[in-house]
Amino acid sequence: MSPASVFVCLSLTLLSDYPVIRVKPDNSGVVTDGVKHSMNPFCEIAVEEAVKLKEKKFIKEVVAVSCGPTQVTETIRTALAMGCDRGIHVEVSGKDYEAMGPLQIAKIFAALAKKEEASLVILGKQAIDDDCNQTGQMTAALLDWPQGTFASEVTIDGEKVKVVREIDGGLETIKISMPAVLTADLRLNTPRYATLPNIMKAKKKKIANMKPADLGVDMVSRVEVLRVDEPPTRLAGVKVETVDDLVAKLKANGTI
Amino acid sequence: TMIGCHSASTWAVVFIGCRSLSSLAELPEMHQMMRQTCRDYADRELGPIAGKLDKEHLFPAQQVRELGAMGVMAIEVPEALGGAGMDYLAYSLAVEEISRGCGSTGCVVSVNNSLYIGPILKFGTQKQKEQWITPFTTGEKVGCFALSEPGNGSDAGAASTLARQEGEEWVLNGTKAWITNSWDASATVIFATTDKSLKHKGISAFLVPMPHPGLSLGKKEDKLGIRATSTANLILEDCRIPLGNMLGSRGSGFKIAMQTLDSGRIGIASQALGIAQAALDCAADYAHKRTAFGAPIGKLQAVQFKLADMAVAVESARLLTWKAAMLKDAKKPFTKEAAMAKLAASEAATFCGHQSIQVLGGMGYVTDMPAERHYRDARITEIYEGTSEIQRLVIAGQLLKEYAS
Repeated sequence: MSPASVFVCLSLTLLSDYPVIRVKPDNSGVVTDGVKHSMNPFCEIAVEEAVKLKEKKFIKEVVAVSCGPTQVTETIRTALAMGCDRGIHVEVSGKDYEAMGPLQIAKIFAALAKKEEASLVILGKQAIDDDCNQTGQMTAALLDWPQGTFASEVTIDGEKVKVVREIDGGLETIKISMPAVLTADLRLNTPRYATLPNIMKAKKKKIANMKPADLGVDMVSRVEVLRVDEPPTRLAGVKVETVDDLVAKLKANGTI
Repeated sequence: TMIGCHSASTWAVVFIGCRSLSSLAELPEMHQMMRQTCRDYADRELGPIAGKLDKEHLFPAQQVRELGAMGVMAIEVPEALGGAGMDYLAYSLAVEEISRGCGSTGCVVSVNNSLYIGPILKFGTQKQKEQWITPFTTGEKVGCFALSEPGNGSDAGAASTLARQEGEEWVLNGTKAWITNSWDASATVIFATTDKSLKHKGISAFLVPMPHPGLSLGKKEDKLGIRATSTANLILEDCRIPLGNMLGSRGSGFKIAMQTLDSGRIGIASQALGIAQAALDCAADYAHKRTAFGAPIGKLQAVQFKLADMAVAVESARLLTWKAAMLKDAKKPFTKEAAMAKLAASEAATFCGHQSIQVLGGMGYVTDMPAERHYRDARITEIYEGTSEIQRLVIAGQLLKEYAS
């Protein structure tokens, strides 16, 4: 029986090659006003994988989901233009959005996945602005579903999914039963460009709106950000003439 | 919808309450997405190879195929025929973004969309559209447009290429010059005189596949810029084509050419905008990084004035181009606006190309930086698809008509 629907959960992040990110004057966070945002690159890979699975007829429907302010609908629309069938925008704004972290997002995704009876939830492995690498794992734990994280290859085999994971030691292959949560790593695929006809079609696809309260999720954060600072300015290095000098210096300052 | 206006002075009044106001202040979501996808493609796939394509005079065949798969090679063509089914504003945005990555590739996109597919879409029969448009939407095949001759460019009415009927065939003889895409094309829209006595009303348009017996190509021109495109003569020696290959009615060739060029002008204006923007981006980026007299050169007023002038030139030409595209989409007359757009954008491109080199100084003169390529690529935009001088004649002609009593 082929899985019915796949949820791709998207994150909106600060643009990856933005020249300068500044810390807010009160050190409470980073300045996001006026900074260009776009779909998290790992989420693009997740969308691509879901669309590919649909093209290979392993799944029937791909739903793109994202949490955040109105801006987020642009991201969902891009996912629709890449081939997702419909979208869900969970509206979170203002203070709730600033305090929103992986746990709150995971609760929302878990609630939605259960409500919509998803068979697969695919996310990017981490968001490039906070590098948390937690949402996928937390979502799986909340749902009590198996997880295949850091996926560099995904194959559906009947009721199971074979996942090749990129881990520190090399590549690990696991087989997990569906429903399951997968997180996409860099080498899983190369995301397609949204074609112009698909951008036109995306106009007609539906994006449903809801609030975390509709899913019974409380957005209170258990994490309090105390302070955000810029990394210390890089000091000039010291040049040495020989390897012996280098070893001596490293010993002198206690590094070795 | 835009309310048709007859003179530039009513533009401000008509603005209020029209979709056009918000369109120019901020593009519709669909157009923004489309622009972003083209921009991403240009940044990732064209920017890195543009220098190589230029240096080695390489036609970007793979990129053209990829753009075809995205729908960019046939933007205005209805989906039923294999196109993207979008409007001319979308086309203008696409060409600008592609040209920003690579001026030559932008030219190929523009010629295929406006000059080859354009006239067939407007004047062709359903059968001709299926035969001559659909295979050219995927990027696998591109077309070209053959109007100019060694003896006449601006003087298009003096076409000396002849077409005579022999039984069930047209037989074409003559030479066409300066044909963009010639060596890479699989078909051409070509103009020849069918009735010499009728002067420009005796010119007809034809569709000729390439290669074809009786049609040969001259040597590739060694050009200053847009070097990744091929430009050459088309030589017709008793080139025989079926009667069904005439495009439009007999004697309507000149009209077809002029109307095609009207739309093509918006495409070239967009290409010029892309090149101008690339030159501006290069200069502005350099102004941040290069230090002289103890600070980044962007702090110097001389440099600031140049950047400001470049930005104004590009933005004003862009708005003219968008206006022309929107008028065309609204099926309103757009000849004057298209000519204004092409004139403004091409002069903005040469201006920005020139000033960008100036901002970079010595670095602008060497091939390590793209400024010199933008300078060279920009130059052609003031010449092809109607020289700046012809654009001025077109604008003046339209203007005087408006004031005629």
